[in-house]
Amino acid sequence: MRLVSREALLSFRRAPLLSALSVTTIAFSLFVVGLFGLVALNLRAALRGVEERVEVVAYLLRGTPPETIATASEDISAFPEVQTVDYVSAEQALARARTTMVEFRDVYRDLEVNPLPASLEISLKEGFRDAEHVRALADRVKAYQFVEDVRYGRDWIERLDKLRNIAGLVVMTIGLAFAVVAVVIIGTTIRMTVLQRAREIAIMRLVGASDWFVRGPFLLEGALKGFLGGALAVLLSYLGYLLFQGNQLGSGTGLVFFQPIHIALIMLFGTLLGLSASLVSVGRHLRNV
Amino acid sequence: MQGTCASLCTLHPVPCTLYLFIVIQFSHVFKSFPKGGFALKDASLHVAKGEFVFLTGHSGAGKSTMLKLMYAEQRPSSGDVRVSGFAIGELSPSEIPRLRRRLGIVFQDFRLLEDRTAEENVAFALEVTGSRRESIPGRVQRVLAQVGLAGKASAYPRELSGGEQQRVAIARALVNDPAILLADEPTGNLDERATRGVFQLLRDINAGGTCVVMATHDLDLVRQTSYRTVELREGSIVFDSGLDESNGAELP
Repeated sequence: MRLVSREALLSFRRAPLLSALSVTTIAFSLFVVGLFGLVALNLRAALRGVEERVEVVAYLLRGTPPETIATASEDISAFPEVQTVDYVSAEQALARARTTMVEFRDVYRDLEVNPLPASLEISLKEGFRDAEHVRALADRVKAYQFVEDVRYGRDWIERLDKLRNIAGLVVMTIGLAFAVVAVVIIGTTIRMTVLQRAREIAIMRLVGASDWFVRGPFLLEGALKGFLGGALAVLLSYLGYLLFQGNQLGSGTGLVFFQPIHIALIMLFGTLLGLSASLVSVGRHLRNV
Repeated sequence: MQGTCASLCTLHPVPCTLYLFIVIQFSHVFKSFPKGGFALKDASLHVAKGEFVFLTGHSGAGKSTMLKLMYAEQRPSSGDVRVSGFAIGELSPSEIPRLRRRLGIVFQDFRLLEDRTAEENVAFALEVTGSRRESIPGRVQRVLAQVGLAGKASAYPRELSGGEQQRVAIARALVNDPAILLADEPTGNLDERATRGVFQLLRDINAGGTCVVMATHDLDLVRQTSYRTVELREGSIVFDSGLDESNGAELP
């Protein structure tokens, strides 16, 4: 066992450049994937808040009698897909605008006439928060005569979703390409080592060293490189995370980093990547010794 | 057991008692070349425990092939090869190391690791077969003394003469206490004096009870002794002094 690990560690000294190269390629491969994972993680966290706010806002014509509004809002509450209906008066809308749109505080304060209409904010039950249901609801609400206009913010969520898918695809492709490169580099390193040590390996076999003894160092070497690559990827991701966090980009929403389980998964994945690369390569090249 | 013995005895007129001590057995072994033709044709051979056997013949006659079959570097195309109780034809990959730990193997080109000293080369065989660490130095010193190199334990192969390098290789082969020592042209690269020394060492090892199978085309060496001689020609065993002394005239 000690001999096996010693041989594995020796390989780093024998070919430091190639070893470093394998580790960094694995790291980059996992970093790219990890970075996407972080973005996805944060996006999901952000979207979870947004999705709960998915709602249809019906702006009401000025001067609509309160009774009409009350009956209508009761009607709408009875729709199967509707969770809540809130009435927001013009005054409330103005007050809200003043607090949320800080930049325009002065503009709103100096107004003599309230330009904002009263509205009904209709939120949907879970399971109905998709574009189709939202549109159908919007159409029904629009049918009320006192409703001037209906807005719903589903569009940008959809676009975000699509963007996330495209980004995911791109990132996965890049990650996969890096993984392939890493496997090739690890394979090449092992091929070189096998050739370099062909004599030694032949003698090991001749005197009756078990297969584990011959392969062990190579497998351990690959696994170790993968593990280091995974660790480096986590480190790089963390640096990226800090960079975003330090930037204004992240402030306000509060970015999240990987959970320990995610970190463990990245390291495990790296280890498996390195191990399988060396497994394949050792199997192929040892046959020729 | 008796039945097997009787049927074998009809094939080869070897005293039945010997069959109880057979350590190497070839029965109608063929080994074909990948590109056609045979490296070994219908070879049958029995080697008893403690025997010294010369395999002779020109290069390409099949000596090395027979040795390779013995240490499972190759498998027979047909026929049966048994070495130290292992059926070579049916050996699983995990059994090959177990077979080889019972064998010592030396070659014409020594096959030493240049970046290790004599004692490290010998210790290597113990390390990679999982011997207990504490036991290694003692065993290495003992076997180096046995081959007469106690004083050169820390010399690198390049600092040793050919004969000395071959002694290191023999020490490595012996360190696992093999029952059988296989030697493929062990004196092929050596001058006359070194040849005599190495050969004497092999004889001493044999005298200690180890079976030695030595492939050589050095007929002077063969004639010096009365050891059993098996001659190969184009893949066939054409002469076996252990079977039929009257054929002795065939030996050139």
